[in-house]
Amino acid sequence: MRLTVNGRELVEGGDGLSVADLVERLTAARRGVAVAVNGTVVPRSTWDDARLADGDAVEVLTAAQGG
Amino acid sequence: MFFGESRLILGTGGANSLSALEDAVRASGTELVTVALRRIDAAGPGLLPMLDRAGVRILPNTAGCYTAADAIKTARLARDAFETDLVKLEVIGDERTLLPDGVELLVAAEKLVADGFTVLPYTTDDPILARRLADVGCAAVMPAGSPIGSGLGISNPHHIELIRQTVDVPVVLDAGIGTASDAALAMELGCDAVLIASAITRADDPAGMAAAMRHAVAGGRLAYTSGRIPRRFHALASTSDDGLARW
Repeated sequence: MRLTVNGRELVEGGDGLSVADLVERLTAARRGVAVAVNGTVVPRSTWDDARLADGDAVEVLTAAQGG
Repeated sequence: MFFGESRLILGTGGANSLSALEDAVRASGTELVTVALRRIDAAGPGLLPMLDRAGVRILPNTAGCYTAADAIKTARLARDAFETDLVKLEVIGDERTLLPDGVELLVAAEKLVADGFTVLPYTTDDPILARRLADVGCAAVMPAGSPIGSGLGISNPHHIELIRQTVDVPVVLDAGIGTASDAALAMELGCDAVLIASAITRADDPAGMAAAMRHAVAGGRLAYTSGRIPRRFHALASTSDDGLARW
């Protein structure tokens, strides 16, 4: 399964990676993190059940300094 | 009110380090600070825990968005990330001035209000656009004094005063403040609060400037509510001639 995560390609063996699994690899935090898959917001309450599919483009975002 | 008793919203952009920012947050007395939403691998860690420690609320912004569609998407992501309906709505029109695109801004504001957001739009100093934003349900209007980061102060004080008279929602002077007297002027013109980032975070001593802004905002507000004397063309003696000695 090939994903694009924050603009970088990620090749993942096997199927069934959830959004929650992916976020866990990137950060221990949950609060302050938001995810969009193919441009659509995936609400945090659904991360455990949301499965990523081949070709998905994922944005994992968090707070940064900004006015 | 969302801006708190301090009436000073602090923008977190431009700080050299997290510890300098923390000192500035504390010295400013702010209760609400802005944050942006960026890719997790680009955003350094520690910002949210620091803001939690300082006991301030988060105001997510849509900085970097040039279209209503992008701003709406960013606002929805921010709501999910930070569990707040507040959003500082920015839809920028051009890279050189970073001034708002009024057309896209109004479209985005209307949709986000319908979606349940408390929308605080960064807008131009145009009183008519401010009225339109208030009419579609924005919780405040935040006119630019001058371009973001320019430190040019309030280019058109008359328009800021007009906006204050035109809308019933809070007016927050956002962008352009360079030093304490600019913040005091904003409050004297009737603004309900100011939003300051660069003037504090990029000062030689951010915590010192944060304290200066805190006092300026408090002083300006008190001057506004205390009713200034009218401007006169000629002098008006403050000392009576009654009882003046005659020789």
